[in-house]
Amino acid sequence: MPIDGPAVRSHASDEMDASVKDLLLESLNAAKLAGASFADARIGRYLQNFVFTREKQIINVVDTDSIGIGVRALVDGTWGFGASRSLSKDGVVAAAREAVAIAKANRVARDRAVELAPAPVYPSATWKSAYEIDPWSIPVEQKADLLIQANSEGMKAANVKFVFSGFFFRKMERNYANTDGSVISQTIVQSALQQQFTAVSSDFTDFQNRGNTLPPVARGWEWVLQQNLLENSRKWGEEASEKLKAKPVEVGRYDLVLHPSHLWLTIHESVAHPTELDRAMGYEANYAGTSFVAPPDRFLGKFRYGSELMNVVGDRSQVGALATVGYDDEGVAPDEFTIIRNGIVNDYQTTREQATWLRWWYDREKRPTRSHGCSYADSWSSVQFQRMPNVSLQPGAKDLTWEDLIAATDKGIALVGDASFSIDQQRYNAQFSGQMAYEIKSGKIVGLLKDVAYQIRTPDFWGSMDMIGGKRSYEVWGSFFDGKGQPGQVNAVSHGSVPARFRNVNVINTGRKA
Amino acid sequence: MTRLHSDDVLYAPRRLMTRDGAALPDGTILSRDEAQNLVERIRKMSKADGIDVQVGGGYSANVRFADNQMSTAGAVTDFQVGIQSWFGPKHAVVVTNETSEEALRAAVDKSERLARLAPDDPEAMPLLGPQAYQPVEAWFPSVADMDAGERARIALTALEPTRTSGDLAAAGFLVTNAQATALGNSKGMFAYHRGTNVNYTLTVRTQDGSGSGWAGAEHNDAAQLDFRAVSQRAIEKARLSRNPVAVEPGRYTVILEPQAVGDLCQLIGGYTDARATDEGRSPFVKAGGGTRIGEKIVDSRITLYADPFDPMVRTQPFDGDGLPLGRQVFIENGVLKTLYYSRFWARKKGVAPTGAPTSFLMSGGGASVEDMIRDTERGILVTRLWYLREVDPRTILYTGLTRDGTFLIENGKISKSIKNFRFNDSPLFLLNNVEAIGRPVRLAGTEAGGAVVVPPIKARDFNFTSLSDAV
Repeated sequence: MPIDGPAVRSHASDEMDASVKDLLLESLNAAKLAGASFADARIGRYLQNFVFTREKQIINVVDTDSIGIGVRALVDGTWGFGASRSLSKDGVVAAAREAVAIAKANRVARDRAVELAPAPVYPSATWKSAYEIDPWSIPVEQKADLLIQANSEGMKAANVKFVFSGFFFRKMERNYANTDGSVISQTIVQSALQQQFTAVSSDFTDFQNRGNTLPPVARGWEWVLQQNLLENSRKWGEEASEKLKAKPVEVGRYDLVLHPSHLWLTIHESVAHPTELDRAMGYEANYAGTSFVAPPDRFLGKFRYGSELMNVVGDRSQVGALATVGYDDEGVAPDEFTIIRNGIVNDYQTTREQATWLRWWYDREKRPTRSHGCSYADSWSSVQFQRMPNVSLQPGAKDLTWEDLIAATDKGIALVGDASFSIDQQRYNAQFSGQMAYEIKSGKIVGLLKDVAYQIRTPDFWGSMDMIGGKRSYEVWGSFFDGKGQPGQVNAVSHGSVPARFRNVNVINTGRKA
Repeated sequence: MTRLHSDDVLYAPRRLMTRDGAALPDGTILSRDEAQNLVERIRKMSKADGIDVQVGGGYSANVRFADNQMSTAGAVTDFQVGIQSWFGPKHAVVVTNETSEEALRAAVDKSERLARLAPDDPEAMPLLGPQAYQPVEAWFPSVADMDAGERARIALTALEPTRTSGDLAAAGFLVTNAQATALGNSKGMFAYHRGTNVNYTLTVRTQDGSGSGWAGAEHNDAAQLDFRAVSQRAIEKARLSRNPVAVEPGRYTVILEPQAVGDLCQLIGGYTDARATDEGRSPFVKAGGGTRIGEKIVDSRITLYADPFDPMVRTQPFDGDGLPLGRQVFIENGVLKTLYYSRFWARKKGVAPTGAPTSFLMSGGGASVEDMIRDTERGILVTRLWYLREVDPRTILYTGLTRDGTFLIENGKISKSIKNFRFNDSPLFLLNNVEAIGRPVRLAGTEAGGAVVVPPIKARDFNFTSLSDAV
């Protein structure tokens, strides 16, 4: 089998390795010579480290490393993309030529030419995410020991017989250049812990899980050390055990008090996905779906998405959040933008190509037509497209807390943690359940419920939000594995939220036997 | 050993992740001999007690279009080497896509370093010795040689009619994969498979936003697919689905087209772990403990099996451990015959390991969807299901929605297009309420991915719990 020339490695240090920069420029030059009007190239190194355990033992340790180049070329307004792991001069030139050849072949099926919104040029930019201790510097036995100890703590609870746990770490060295003249180098570290505590009833007629215990973050090992993992695992194990004794919920309408550890996923599904502009314009119709927030001219500045309390912001700058970057995957420095203002639709998530579709709106609002910096590819081998920034529900003006919302509720259910989630392809009808469901009576939590799920119609649900927490109660949660696109790509994204109350929501009981 | 694909680790549908590849033009889809030589080279670098090696590469190319317009298109060549080193009961996996001598040696060293540091795995199984595999012929030049021009012409089978219609918008995806994979270890096990695959899916929406139709197809051999017919089917469904009316949610007799059956029933595969069942946390637990193997659990017309040699799937005839796979029946005439036994759990229980299946098949009858419609007084026809998520693992209860063509049947005919529903139901409940089973077909992949062959099914009392305004 053919062997590539000496491997080129990108650096974790601030400056882009000169040989990487040469290869990027070489590929861009090849794309230009082959006929591209615009091209960009990404040489990325993507490292992953996983440690899995169950109960008192290791399952496996996995370390992955992938490096290569992806070149995107625009020819007569049509895209092509070529990617190769071969980081020799010949390899990167071949990838660029393939991108151009594909773009040319697709001209026969072109309808409208792609236009890119202007973007500033960054001839020598670097950026590094907020981590202090590189997870790759921590020995594997230390990671495994901590997990196994945490498992043991959880298993101290009655009936907790099984625990799965795993650390997931990612490190991405992303090097970017485009024919506008930008040359950008970034290093990003992300960390996640997955745990599932399982309690089995002694007569084998029931089992209950407690999982999704901590949010994934763009932090390093220092984050792990701050989680008080042993004590908390004991608590999570006890919660799994208590779920065996929980009372089945009575179907009906309840006021819901949703914790940020739960509400983030409802925001993700019912606000963040439908305001992706490519979805709204039909670009995901064949897979992830379209959006009810379409066409934009019927929604921007007009449509009431939720109550006056609802303010939702997109950003890629919250420190430690998963979508946070210095520059997106087409070289744009992202800005912070308001998606929902006082309950009304105000903007969509965009890339350079998509921003031009909303020029009429930005002109009318006297805002610049610019990308919000939402371009992302999950690997050097994937083509970049629009992905979610951090999309967050802003705190209310009053200094209310989780406890205040419960105290103000007469007959309700409080949900903590995310569990089952499902939403239709236009993001109208959704069903969610939580890790823990607490019954609220006369302002107090009176017990634990099971088999709870709520069904919503998105604008009705957000319209029923009548109380939200203040700044103090804001927490950031998120997803390590958000899917979109064909071929499928995985994104990591965070959602900040405050606790919030929703009135008169339809609750079903999911515990069926036949 | 844990499967080496990093994609597995990501829990992403592997079919859709096109990471394994080496450029076809360079001839870097490994032949059997090349793969064996590479595994041997890596084995010789090892200083561990034992080593597992997985090598795989390929070429994947796609074209994507939406809103009657080309959107993205690309091609990826990549290659992956997975190395698992063993020191007694200690082991660790390193995966790299670099294949220089230096990089391979570094990967071997790293896996040895990590393995030495890892805690003992009390469930570590000895490496497999040489195994006998029956090869599967799954390589077709019609896919391996398809170029960008041909992919664009297939896209035009949808784009030309939808553009000229004036009232339709097409969004589709065509992807080809040509891959070779090999496993080997220091005890002489060696397995090799190469295959091609083409997948085409199309969603056609009416420009007024009131209708949406979907169709798809997949095969190892592009010559077996009629792309124009797939495009036509999605177009017809879009037109037929226009202006849906609301029907009250509730329990209905349904005719699930094969895609919808696959979306729901393939989920059963994820709950067949014998160990989880013995541990008391699966739908196949007997009250009081033990498994329900030998019990009738669904309608006696239902048989579920895996078979890599079936000409409709042609998948890899070995699992990630290197265990040979043959035809394996999980449910036969409604009776649970076996569950999935890993090598470790099989040894503990004194049974043979089953291997992890690479296909999902359900046997069927001779009826067509049209026959079923004709025989239905009142019911609902479902094209496909969407966003299926587990609600209750004790019963495999899932929620999800209908999508891209949901119709009311009255007096043996489709009477109207209806709004989509959310359901809360279990494939086990569905397969207990069967009224009729049709002819099995190969699906264009389900939400869970994979090589799936299932029939359309007519069943009573399917549980629709709410309406969706989504089209």
